[in-house]
Amino acid sequence: MLADDLRCMGYIALKDLKAYYLKPPNISWGILLPFAFVLAFAIRNPGDWHELLPGLLALSLLFGTSSMEATVIVFERMTGALERLLLAPVRLPALLFGKLLGGAMFGLTVTTAVLVVGLAVFGGGDVQWLWLVLTLLVSALAFAALGSFVSVAVKQIFEAQTLANFIRFPMMFLSGVFVSVAAMPPALQALARLLPLTYTVEALHGSLYGGTIERIALDLVVLAAYAAVLFALAVHTLARRLA
Amino acid sequence: MSDGAIVAEQLVKIYPTGKGQPPLRAVDGISFEVQRGEVFGFLGPNGAGKTSTIRMLTGLSRPTSGRATVLGYDLAREITAIKKHVGVVPESSNLYNELTALENLVFAMQLYGVPRVERKARAMELLTRFRLEDKRDVLFASLSRGMKRALTVAAALAHRPALLFLDEPTTGLDVMSARSLRRMIAQLRDEGVTIFLTTHYLEEAERLCDRVAIILRGRIVALDTLDGLKRCASGCAVVEVTFLDADRCTQTRRFEAEDVAIAVRQALEQVDGAQLVAINTLRPTLEDVFVRLTGLGAEVMLAEKGGGGGGGNAGG
Repeated sequence: MLADDLRCMGYIALKDLKAYYLKPPNISWGILLPFAFVLAFAIRNPGDWHELLPGLLALSLLFGTSSMEATVIVFERMTGALERLLLAPVRLPALLFGKLLGGAMFGLTVTTAVLVVGLAVFGGGDVQWLWLVLTLLVSALAFAALGSFVSVAVKQIFEAQTLANFIRFPMMFLSGVFVSVAAMPPALQALARLLPLTYTVEALHGSLYGGTIERIALDLVVLAAYAAVLFALAVHTLARRLA
Repeated sequence: MSDGAIVAEQLVKIYPTGKGQPPLRAVDGISFEVQRGEVFGFLGPNGAGKTSTIRMLTGLSRPTSGRATVLGYDLAREITAIKKHVGVVPESSNLYNELTALENLVFAMQLYGVPRVERKARAMELLTRFRLEDKRDVLFASLSRGMKRALTVAAALAHRPALLFLDEPTTGLDVMSARSLRRMIAQLRDEGVTIFLTTHYLEEAERLCDRVAIILRGRIVALDTLDGLKRCASGCAVVEVTFLDADRCTQTRRFEAEDVAIAVRQALEQVDGAQLVAINTLRPTLEDVFVRLTGLGAEVMLAEKGGGGGGGNAGG
């Protein structure tokens, strides 16, 4: 049974990449949007460009993983294609994890491209590669789980897009992407601590610029918890919808 | 439970409805057995519980109560094993628009664990069988409705299932596509695949099915072979006489009696003196049975599915 689950998970992820993700508009959306935001802030407030790289990577990952992920499941539910997967010999959590993996893999691909360009443009600091890779992986899973949850929580594609943006856009401005969390008023700092993107930016900053391993590890634990809770909620919600 | 392909005992499916509304009892304690290798027809009007039954038996929804085995596996405990051995053709053709015909078949095989070395050859075999070999690299979205239906059936067969669920397979198809699909269903039966077929088209069921269950408002009201159903429904013999009347016009009359001999005698007495053209004994059709049991005519069934693309002409 586990072998069936693992096989289906992998093929569902690859099918989603081929059918939905690896299309020019998605790739350009995943790369251009974060660059546009960062460039706008850098021009408005020219300063330390290094400070913007963690935020740029975090935004790439957030939008790359969650944009399509938030609509793929609701789209397949509307077309009836999700039923094909539900009829296959795979358990619901594995099915959903396959969907989530598709989003995570796409987000990681786009973010790797951004990382290469970012390091070439901004230059690297004291990069801790292992922690950087771990941060990207765990964050990608957390954001893809967020996308999955949004996708199963609604009935229409426009609702999914609205809900995803309702969550992502405030998070973008409150998570230290453009303005350090430490520089925010205490109330906003407390709010920032509730947002997964905050921990991604923090862990990316630490792994790119020589932060302490303990701090990065703590951020990753919080992100992993977000991923687990959002994934569990998504499975529960989808199971209820299908009952 | 016996060794039937499907053994259902007192299956019930209740759906919650809106506030203040009573729950919907879509399937109301049905019991039946489908034997291995037969084509089992499941007939009924819209909302009778046909699709709800298929959804329960294929693991898409859980029965509210009751139990069933499918291919010997327990529905409640071994649904993954069941899924491995059954194929399902849903009412709407739901493959991936973004993938080609070949990619859709290969993906279906990947999900069901068909070994990598077999996939391409099997996919080509299915494409050839369904006369889609020249469409292998065409996106599903670009295929005609009939081709989409054929490819959906092909995808359900990708892993060589022992049991195939066909939910209204010919609905919306043109006559030629429907005929072709019916031939395919008959071939599958000949190959030993058990088929569970729901259809609105009574003539289609009559042509394809070994046994038929008629479901109405969630309950099975009749279940038998076609001959058995007809015997139960007839109750009397019917004789149709065609003759020329005094004005040399052709007239046809039906006579019913408890047996054929009496009906023929009555018929001959009635047309005494007229020139007899033909005299036939009539067997009831499945439609006669259906009308008698449900009070609904075939035209009502066809209208429910927007007319009969292929249903009106079940030849082939």
